[in-house]
Amino acid sequence: MNETAGLILLIVGIAFDVVGCIGLVRLPDVYNRLQAATKCVTLGTCMILLSVLFYTGINQMSVKALLCIWFVLLTSPTGAHAIARAAHRSGIPLWDGSIMDKYAEDREGAEDKV
Amino acid sequence: MKRFIHFLILMIVWLLLTWSLQWQEVLVGVVVVLIAELFLGDIFPAGAVKVFNPVRFFWLVVYVLVFLWYVVKANFDVAYRVLNLYLPIKPGIVKVRTRLKTDMARTFLANSITLTPGTLSIDLVGDHLYVHWINIVSEDPTRETEIIVRRFESLLERIFE
Amino acid sequence: MSVFIALLILCVFLCLYRVGKGPTAPDRTVAIDILGTLVVGFCAIYSIITKKDLYMNIGISWALLSFIGTIALAKYLDGRGFDE
Repeated sequence: MNETAGLILLIVGIAFDVVGCIGLVRLPDVYNRLQAATKCVTLGTCMILLSVLFYTGINQMSVKALLCIWFVLLTSPTGAHAIARAAHRSGIPLWDGSIMDKYAEDREGAEDKV
Repeated sequence: MKRFIHFLILMIVWLLLTWSLQWQEVLVGVVVVLIAELFLGDIFPAGAVKVFNPVRFFWLVVYVLVFLWYVVKANFDVAYRVLNLYLPIKPGIVKVRTRLKTDMARTFLANSITLTPGTLSIDLVGDHLYVHWINIVSEDPTRETEIIVRRFESLLERIFE
Repeated sequence: MSVFIALLILCVFLCLYRVGKGPTAPDRTVAIDILGTLVVGFCAIYSIITKKDLYMNIGISWALLSFIGTIALAKYLDGRGFDE
């Protein structure tokens, strides 16, 4: 349909993917890595999938790409949420520079009562 | 009525995936959708059907636009933090309160929080959401709630409640 | 197009570095989750190059299956206190 728009979306999407992966390597603990990686890679992949629509026009392929965007947008934050909760429950501490951890305080309080 | 709407949604997804109107494909689709609805229809949240009301649907469109704006903003925020040499982060887990009652609205709220600037929802206990925030700007719970939750809460209230 | 594929392969290597280095089990789970999403991007680019919708089918199935895998790993981590 419009190859220039598709190319721009593709470039921006892949740039976000690379930033997300650099964040995955650079940031100090699981929760920060999850933040960077989930946000950037989700939007980056969605932009790559959207560029399929601009390259081919509306046909079988681009409709599947749009469905795939919907699935990725629904499943990716849910997966991140599950990993974060599991990590906290299996006792992974926050980074030393963290300011507060209300979740750990509240969970300790609940365990003391029991 | 609820089952009929589920059937319609699943059938539309099937037709989009196969992208043909031959009678064999449609027949297989009807059978598969009926089986899926029979076994899995009960776990679908009850409030979802409410969306098919023109006023709610209008707010859903507004919500999607606001959501996309925040997603793009979140990405530039993360890019700034990751590519900066000194990693300007100040992380921590805060506790915020939500007014939303239905499961569907809470699911959407948690997913929106995860994809918006600097926040990641971790757990939901009662009315309280635990949110990991990459750059805490205030330690006062009411102001945190103001910043994190209020962006979407009023919109989601109009859509799902 | 080959430049884009090379950049995505760079992303995959950064993820694999995190899978290998660790230091905890959830770190590896995060990296594997991200790898699953990156593969969907690969499928989209290949479907643009070859103009076949076969790759989009693979992408959709991969997105859903990698979600199930992530949830399964998270449940596993949740169930036992992992000391690593």
